[in-house]
Amino acid sequence: MSKYAFFLGCVMPMRYPGIESSTREVMKQLGVELFDVEEFSCCPAPGVTRSLQSSTWLAVAAHNLVAAQEAGLDIMVVCNGCFGSLAEAAHMLNHDKDKLAEVNKVLKAAGSKEYKGKTNVNHFAVILQDEIGLDAIAKRVKHKLDGMNVAIHYGCHFLKPSAVKELDNPETPRILDDLVEVTGATSVDYRHKQMCCGAGGGVRANTPDVALKMTEEKLNYLDEIEADIILDVCPFCHLQYDRGQKDLDRETKYPVLHLSQFYGLAFEMDNKLLGFNMHDVPVDL
Amino acid sequence: MFKYGISGFESGHYMGESVYKPDNTFPQQIVERGGTTLLRCFQCGTCTGSCPSGRQTAFRIRKLIRWAQLGIADKVLASEDLWMCTTCYTCQERCPRGVEITDIVMTMRNLAVEAGYMQEAHVRIGGFLAKTGHLLPLKEPMMKARKSLGLDETPPTVLANKKNQELVLNIIKETGFTDLVKKGGK
Ligand code: SF4
Ligand code: SF4
Repeated sequence: MSKYAFFLGCVMPMRYPGIESSTREVMKQLGVELFDVEEFSCCPAPGVTRSLQSSTWLAVAAHNLVAAQEAGLDIMVVCNGCFGSLAEAAHMLNHDKDKLAEVNKVLKAAGSKEYKGKTNVNHFAVILQDEIGLDAIAKRVKHKLDGMNVAIHYGCHFLKPSAVKELDNPETPRILDDLVEVTGATSVDYRHKQMCCGAGGGVRANTPDVALKMTEEKLNYLDEIEADIILDVCPFCHLQYDRGQKDLDRETKYPVLHLSQFYGLAFEMDNKLLGFNMHDVPVDL
Repeated sequence: MFKYGISGFESGHYMGESVYKPDNTFPQQIVERGGTTLLRCFQCGTCTGSCPSGRQTAFRIRKLIRWAQLGIADKVLASEDLWMCTTCYTCQERCPRGVEITDIVMTMRNLAVEAGYMQEAHVRIGGFLAKTGHLLPLKEPMMKARKSLGLDETPPTVLANKKNQELVLNIIKETGFTDLVKKGGK
């Protein structure tokens, strides 16, 4: 049984806790043990911290890497933003001795343990694909989702920058499509599938109307095809689509599901655990 | 003659009139902070053609990169467009010259913040981080919602442990961020 330090971040536990409860249950069913680490803080999000002061971004990310190091565990994230910050900071610090020394000076001055440069950061979709595998997931599927058309939104910081992440081709990836189709559902192709949701980089906070225009553009592309739901692997993209559709007051609305909640459906988990009642766009599947 | 005469890294006067005086140190500052690839840009426009934000706004990333190369620092730093980038990395992935565009945008934002151009909304959320170690506030109804899902009312993070929270706030303070958000922006 593999074990991970479960990195919660901010948006999931404080806006869509249904993603958290779904993740805990899904991973348990798949034999992955998750540990809570009360030293974890914000990742911190690149839009507000890396853009404002990158030294702060790196130091707080290092703090989280230290927390996992002290717990003796690698990190699992369920958010592209957390993945962006933590995986990129780990990549930087695990490879660059000068940067590591610099950040350790800050940590030490603040009374923290030093970072040894060894923590690994894993996106849960990669754990599902590489470690658990599609066959084991297929065995857990009790409720085949045949006939459901899923519009996958990869999000930006899952696969990019590809030179750091080295996971899948960011223009034509397969990883999420395979993880969706193992349930019997169909991943539908659509125009500009790899496009951003619009929320990142501090744009949602600073100029929400601009963020919403990007979201609307993407939703318009979904109108061109037959999609039943939007599927994401990032609570922030999730929030942008779910609240965005309410704000845009569109006629056609697409329920927004995080991959954990989607597996919750396929595994026939108690619907109450999935937290759909906390979504703005009703999930009635 | 030319108000913004872009004649390389020259400055001063042209035919008796003063022309735009570039800040020659600006590209160098970006390079020193890791943006060495800035100087490779040959203005093909692939970045602007790929930019989801540029499709909705007047933001042109190619132009911003050009300004940075030429040292038109005051315009870059005061630019509202600088804050339109979602950091989606599409341009950086596609740039035929390997310019680390998105990372350079973030570096230019750091420089803008140092020059006093932090955006109001970012001062506000930055404040949450400096105060709690998280970017979002935890409110009463959310605690109830968490409980209804069988989760701890307070997420098991620094929010649940005062001592741990103090440590992360110390780290944030040590980097100067706490004072930075207190000071705010223009
Ligand atoms: S894609 Fe690269 S080379 Fe082309 S204009 Fe943009 S930054 Fe310059
Ligand atoms: S990273 Fe920024 S500038 Fe580049 S394409 Fe995305 S939004 Fe545009």
